[in-house]
Amino acid sequence: MAQASTQADTGAGTGADGRAGTAGAWRGRRGAPSERPAGRRHSSDRPRRSVLLTVLTALVAVYTLVPLAWLLISATKTQKSLLDSFGLWFSGDFALWDNIQQTLTYDDHIFVRWLLNTLLYVALGAGGATFLAVLGGYGLAKFDFPGRRGVFAVVIGAVAVPGAALAVPTFLMFSKMGLTNTPWAVIVPSLISPFGLYLMWVFASEAIPDELLEAARVDGSGEIRTFFRIGLPLLGPGIVTVLLFTVVATWNNYFLPLIMIKDPDWYPLTLGLNAWNAQAATAGGQPVFNLVVTGSLLTIVPLVAAFLLLQRFWQTGLAAGSVKE
Amino acid sequence: MTNKPLRRSAQAIAVLCAAALSLTACGSSDDSGSGAKAADAGSVEAALKKGGTVTVWAWEPTLKQVVTDFQAKYPKVKVKLVNAGTGNDQYTALQNAVQAGSGAPDVAQIEYYALSQFALGKSVTDLSAYGAKDLSKAYSPGPWNSVAVNGGVYALPMDSGPMAMFFNKKVLDKYKIAVPTTWDEYLTAARALHKADPKAYITNDTGDAGFVTSLIWQAGGHPYTVDGTKVNVDFGDAGTKKFTEVWQKLISEKLLAPITSWSDQWYKGLADGTIATLSTGAWMPANFVSGVPSASGDWRAAPLPQWQAGQTASAENGGSSLAVMEAAKDKPLAYAFVKYANKDAGVQARIKGGAFPATTADLNSQAFLDTEFPYFGGQKANEIFAKSAGNVAKGWSYLPYQVYANSVFNDTVGKAYVSSTPLSDALGTWQEASVKYGKDQGFSVGG
Repeated sequence: MAQASTQADTGAGTGADGRAGTAGAWRGRRGAPSERPAGRRHSSDRPRRSVLLTVLTALVAVYTLVPLAWLLISATKTQKSLLDSFGLWFSGDFALWDNIQQTLTYDDHIFVRWLLNTLLYVALGAGGATFLAVLGGYGLAKFDFPGRRGVFAVVIGAVAVPGAALAVPTFLMFSKMGLTNTPWAVIVPSLISPFGLYLMWVFASEAIPDELLEAARVDGSGEIRTFFRIGLPLLGPGIVTVLLFTVVATWNNYFLPLIMIKDPDWYPLTLGLNAWNAQAATAGGQPVFNLVVTGSLLTIVPLVAAFLLLQRFWQTGLAAGSVKE
Repeated sequence: MTNKPLRRSAQAIAVLCAAALSLTACGSSDDSGSGAKAADAGSVEAALKKGGTVTVWAWEPTLKQVVTDFQAKYPKVKVKLVNAGTGNDQYTALQNAVQAGSGAPDVAQIEYYALSQFALGKSVTDLSAYGAKDLSKAYSPGPWNSVAVNGGVYALPMDSGPMAMFFNKKVLDKYKIAVPTTWDEYLTAARALHKADPKAYITNDTGDAGFVTSLIWQAGGHPYTVDGTKVNVDFGDAGTKKFTEVWQKLISEKLLAPITSWSDQWYKGLADGTIATLSTGAWMPANFVSGVPSASGDWRAAPLPQWQAGQTASAENGGSSLAVMEAAKDKPLAYAFVKYANKDAGVQARIKGGAFPATTADLNSQAFLDTEFPYFGGQKANEIFAKSAGNVAKGWSYLPYQVYANSVFNDTVGKAYVSSTPLSDALGTWQEASVKYGKDQGFSVGG
């Protein structure tokens, strides 16, 4: 965060793509120290290289990438060579395509059904949560009304409550309403994202100047029109950030559907993979470790893709609110 | 794989809520109105004619075929088979649904060790009213004693797990180790094997509640005595001592492979010969065929080693039943499906699918006994299993809250497998935990 703010100050224009590590290096080569105030150079233009930090970063990188590498490599193996060979190198037949095909067709294409379920939960749950967070955040940031402090306290409090703690009471309530075992049991609780709301609130108060809204009002634009035509476009980066947060949370959600949904036809991918994994531990069950591994790979591909595509927005969004003007 | 830590914490929470929920479930056991209406076998026939829908929660894979056959025979009945999780996951869901008063199935698969918990909590129906009591001779004694509890019949046995010892003949032959017939010989074999090949172990064990209780059962121990809500827990009896004496040596001398059963490593060990024997229920062959195909021909079955030479004692390990839920919408119809699956035509379909039956008619049929297992080199393994089923030691019972007790097994007895804590002390700690929980639940517990 501090790095981002100093970069913004020096006006080098690299803050947005956030390559904090390399930015200093190539800016140094570009030179032209005379253009800048002498005092700044030391702190931001030539960050000292630290062996310790490099080693630490490398360790973290290895720590993050090794499981991914294992997953990629293991997905290319048959069930037999999965058990017989060293995990971090290829072995036996290259069975990736075969595994993918089996994963998609095993047990009457149930994996495809789980994938569609997950997409449904994400589209309605994460999409709805983002929409509500944007509406609420904008409203709280731009309108002064009695009880705003109270709302603030509730939202901050809600951020601190982990979702898992609410799952059981939510289950009992939904059960009374007859909603368990239906998609609604997963979608409705996903619609609430206190953290998203808080983020949108902070972002909206920074990104939308009050003067702009005043001008719109003076010109006779209604509140709703102002929101959609002026507010929304300015909130773009924040919306993407909140969307990514909620998509990841909904996509990886395990405990809520575990409690709510008992019918495999409505399982999301997380529960489905767990069910396949559990199959190995039942009398007469068929172990399908290769399908569990390949299924896990297929499960994370959309998330990885979403991150890579939306990376730019994500980073500007993260930095929002860190700069005090 | 990636969500393992999450899964573990989720399970911990799930166990917690199961514990919290069973509290209230057990509390209601004093209610005199059991809800069992006057019914008879005729109502079952009538229900089949009328038709309807039965929802079944089960993870047993062979039931799929049974459902297909059943619906073909009774076109008016629709059976919805749902895999709501395996073992504990499903029990938690079941407790939650019972507690919430909606969302429970009509029929549920419940393992023998867990059944009395549901029976005492009156979550499952007494099937005596539909003629289930007349079936006592139809099932082998081990499973039947597990479903006939508290003076009723709370489920019909689906499969059974009379124990046998599976051994990797190739490995034992290679090191000229005789197939052990007693647990003392087993210990000797364990030492010889591990000395000959430091990578090979006689078996794997990281502490498994079902396995420990089964071996104590075989040794004639009775750590649990249950009479209604009067419970006694005692891991100090002679049977338990026989078990701890041998097993303590296996643990202390590091002769057990530190591999958890059902893990991918375990399947690997069974395949490559580093796990040389496996003492478990007779349902295991189907798992060998599907999970360890590469070792086909290496393995054989043998009777379970004995605590005293010349005896033939055995015990049950695993196995489950189908119970009709108290909340079932159409109990006679639900019972009709359970009986079809576990007593009538369904049994044959399930044997074909690799399940091990609990019905004496099948266990004693010549065709069943003569079945040759290509996986075991053509051995007629069912002869060994059927004998074991008849020799299951009498008088065993589980706790009416065994699901909880097993869930804390690793926190207590598990320590003996990874530290210097003696096994007998660890069992004592498990006993204390079980007694305390029972008292908290309102049982009168001694021990």
